[in-house]
Amino acid sequence: MRFEQFLIGNAARHAAKTALITDRRRLSYGEFDDLSNRLAAALVKAGVRRNDRVLVFMDNCWEAAVSVFAILKAGATFSPINASTKADKLAYIITDCEAAAILTQAKLMPTVTDAQTQSGKASIVVGSTAAPNGQTPAGAIPFDALLSQEAAPVSHGGIDVDLAMLIYTSGSTGRPKGVMMTHRNIDAASESITTYLRNQPDDIILNVLPLAFDYGLYQLLMVIRLGATLVLEKSFAFPHAIFERIHEERVTGFPLVPTMAAMILQMRDLEPGFLPSLRYLSNTAAALPPPHIARLRELFPGARLYSMYGLTECKRCTYLPPEELDRRPGSVGIAIPNTEAFVVDDEGSRVPPGVAGELVIRGPHVMQGYWRNDAATERMLRPGPNPWEKVLYTGDLFKTDEEGFLYFVGRKDDIIKTRGEKVAPKEVETVLHAHPGIAEAVVVGVADPVLGHAIAALVVRSDPGLTDKDIIRHCTRHLEDFMVPKIVEFRTELPKTDTGKVSRRLAAETMEPAQ
Amino acid sequence: MTETIKDKVRAFVIENFLFGDTSYDLADTASLIENDIIDSTGVLELVAFIEDQFGIAMADSDIVPANLDSLSRISAFIETKVGAPVTA
Repeated sequence: MRFEQFLIGNAARHAAKTALITDRRRLSYGEFDDLSNRLAAALVKAGVRRNDRVLVFMDNCWEAAVSVFAILKAGATFSPINASTKADKLAYIITDCEAAAILTQAKLMPTVTDAQTQSGKASIVVGSTAAPNGQTPAGAIPFDALLSQEAAPVSHGGIDVDLAMLIYTSGSTGRPKGVMMTHRNIDAASESITTYLRNQPDDIILNVLPLAFDYGLYQLLMVIRLGATLVLEKSFAFPHAIFERIHEERVTGFPLVPTMAAMILQMRDLEPGFLPSLRYLSNTAAALPPPHIARLRELFPGARLYSMYGLTECKRCTYLPPEELDRRPGSVGIAIPNTEAFVVDDEGSRVPPGVAGELVIRGPHVMQGYWRNDAATERMLRPGPNPWEKVLYTGDLFKTDEEGFLYFVGRKDDIIKTRGEKVAPKEVETVLHAHPGIAEAVVVGVADPVLGHAIAALVVRSDPGLTDKDIIRHCTRHLEDFMVPKIVEFRTELPKTDTGKVSRRLAAETMEPAQ
Repeated sequence: MTETIKDKVRAFVIENFLFGDTSYDLADTASLIENDIIDSTGVLELVAFIEDQFGIAMADSDIVPANLDSLSRISAFIETKVGAPVTA
């Protein structure tokens, strides 16, 4: 089934029920369905065709949620882009996926315009929300105008093996890769996740994670699938304010990443049981330290706590049933329902318990591959047990205990996880090397109590006047916020292997954990 | 004397969140979050700065946008908390 059918079905069943709550607007299922029909028809009128790629370059706002479903209703493929993406990367993505249109916000329009110029795609269709003064930026169709005409559903002829979304991840070569997911993929993943979370249509989920991050995006997808309610917030910068929202809206589900858990644990005045409406909390991206798990359980005694693990290429791999948490707090659990997860050696044979190997994932949630990148696809997707299928080699090292519960050991490559997001050091190094005052640079992750890992840059200067602030400022102009180094250290030379190659491993060994 | 607090706060924000970029046109009333100047970890740094620099103990309920989401709001919050304008 195509994924937009969940919205259409739930709107038909309970049009008046609240689907989405943001600070500016509440949308019922009926309104959400109607607005996405209008936008879908307007996109088609503007030239968007079945299977075209349309970028959603917005922060967490109701327009982004409506855009995602409108693009599907137009028969097209949506690609959510982090709102802190800079023009050069956006230009790369526009060119890479041959975007047919971009839906954005007034505050991001300068980046869009710059990216259009860089990519030579000035004629691409752009829809933008209005600025606070009511003006729509030059070069864009007003978002309001795209919603102004009542419209019947678009008849696009699409089926569920069509591409539903293209979600870009940091690539080890320094270039982002588009993970291809069909409607069937996201149907399978969201069905599995809502099953083990025991979600109900009366769930109210509060999401602060970016919709461009698959963990955040799936909160929207799961809610619409369930006919439940999403409270969409822009960030967790002010936890107390978020807790007030949880209280006011009687929120039942609260997805976390370890950085948010660390921030909660730094708060001083929290009383156990202060948010009684919560039924569950979930954590993914990296395992929580056992003391954090213990404290969260103390603060939220009535809520189930899920430790989970996944990667964009299959959305989610594993979850730990909450009742196992006391026995195996360090485990990220077992394969999610209707999928398999197993650990193999370098030859692809399964290893016994206790032996580390690469985690392999099998199931209907596994991506179709990377957009127009066969070499990268072949590394990740390899022949499975049947001639018609591929399985996902995650690049993550795991081991199991005697009962088959999985434990994360490390990465096979140098990917850094910071604030729950993956960062390829190469992508940051490419930006550093583009600075005229930098001779050489290497990027590593340093353990950090709040970020999980902090991005650290070891730099050899060619301009002796260059400061750490200069370098960070340079990075903020070219990288998403979470990729910008937190630590810059100057060196006279970088650690190298015997063959003279700069070694990230040796570089990491020279760094002390961040305080 | 109010300017002293606001100047200190502005200097801290420019140094730590704009990485010394004084060319950024940072209005006193501009939202630091909406303009992507600070993020979640930035708020933690800002709280540590206010506590250390002005000797204020911030309760969880003080750490909200109404008190911290612009230079004006931060300065006003500090003034209220210290009871009198700080001159040092």
